[in-house]
Amino acid sequence: MSTQFRSDKPIFIQVREQIEDQIVNDQLKEGEQAPSTNQLVQFYKINHATISKGVTQLVDEGILYKKRGVGMFVAEGAKQKLVQKRKQAFMDDYVIGLVQEAEKLRISENEIIELIKKAGKGDKA
Amino acid sequence: MSYSIEVSDLTVYYKNFKALDQLNFKLSPGKVHGILGRNGAGKTTLLMYLASFHKAKHGTIVIDGEDPFENERIIQGTSFIYEKDNTYHYDKIDKIIKSIHYFRPHFDEAYARDLAKRFKIPMKKSVDQLSRGQSSALQITIGLASRTPLTIFDEAYLGMDAPARELFYKEILLEQERYPRTILFSTHLVSEMEYLFDEVLIIDNGKVLLQETNEQLLEKGHSITGPKENVEAFTKTLKVIHEEMLGRTKSVMVYGHLPEQEQRKAVELGLEIGTLSINNLFIHLTREGEEA
Repeated sequence: MSTQFRSDKPIFIQVREQIEDQIVNDQLKEGEQAPSTNQLVQFYKINHATISKGVTQLVDEGILYKKRGVGMFVAEGAKQKLVQKRKQAFMDDYVIGLVQEAEKLRISENEIIELIKKAGKGDKA
Repeated sequence: MSYSIEVSDLTVYYKNFKALDQLNFKLSPGKVHGILGRNGAGKTTLLMYLASFHKAKHGTIVIDGEDPFENERIIQGTSFIYEKDNTYHYDKIDKIIKSIHYFRPHFDEAYARDLAKRFKIPMKKSVDQLSRGQSSALQITIGLASRTPLTIFDEAYLGMDAPARELFYKEILLEQERYPRTILFSTHLVSEMEYLFDEVLIIDNGKVLLQETNEQLLEKGHSITGPKENVEAFTKTLKVIHEEMLGRTKSVMVYGHLPEQEQRKAVELGLEIGTLSINNLFIHLTREGEEA
């Protein structure tokens, strides 16, 4: 299997996230044609069914849409939607854990803010 | 157009040796099926029966709703591609490609010529002048361009170098999108081809060991790594197909459904869970009884 995939998460989710990344990074712009399932199969060396599962989720969420006989395109407002979704995930994945750990260690809010500023400057705390 | 296949209770003897033992399975139409098995497992025997080379004496084979043996319609719609096909030994390639449409009604000559060019097959030579890899590539070219509803590749890539095999896999995907058919692959090169298989049938000692879709198979294989005691406690009730030790760390491969709550339990025990490739599953599921 391709080494580009981690083994602790279903591959179709990672495929979906890689396409999402491209949209968030502006590598794939709204209105542009997204790679076809076949291109994705060849690129990732992952079976059709798995790729389709990831792509179908993006279609269901209105990130991509299908044009019959032409292919898949990035929907208007897709980036905004993804950024919104990722912000929510940022809260769940990073902020909540950070606050909980800080409470355990009795790090004050101000200290947290200082640490974040330091990290932003690239200093090692 | 693509054929469905249904095999019931198929048993084949070579004198007293049981090459195939009570096979029962269905292959869905329009899909790419990987037929995997160790040397001597019975793959080629099975494929030759599916290609109507022999009549089933014990059990039945039904292809596209009919008995395929001496069935003109089914045979015309079936390609069997293998490396040592000597049908056209002394003919020039150009002449061969011109003649295929007589017996393959869906043959696309322009596509065959284009493929032959990309495989760098010299059109002016005769088949006996080709290298082993070129000869395989020619068979594959004819097999793909024939667009038969049932296309069987039996280790067809032998002798082909890596770039040529890449081209072959790529064309399979493209052709399958343009003209879906039932494709059967027997192969040893599982790792580089596994993404092509929609479904996998593993034959072992003449029997069906398993048949699963690509996804089901990937979902059933897990690697579990961590401190020896924890790994052993966690995998006590699971089907362990392989294990390795590195110092006090143990890594095992298990086969079977692992519910999410079990996976969470493993993480709590400090174990790392990973997926297995079809190749890994194939290697370790078919070598039971041998020293690991």
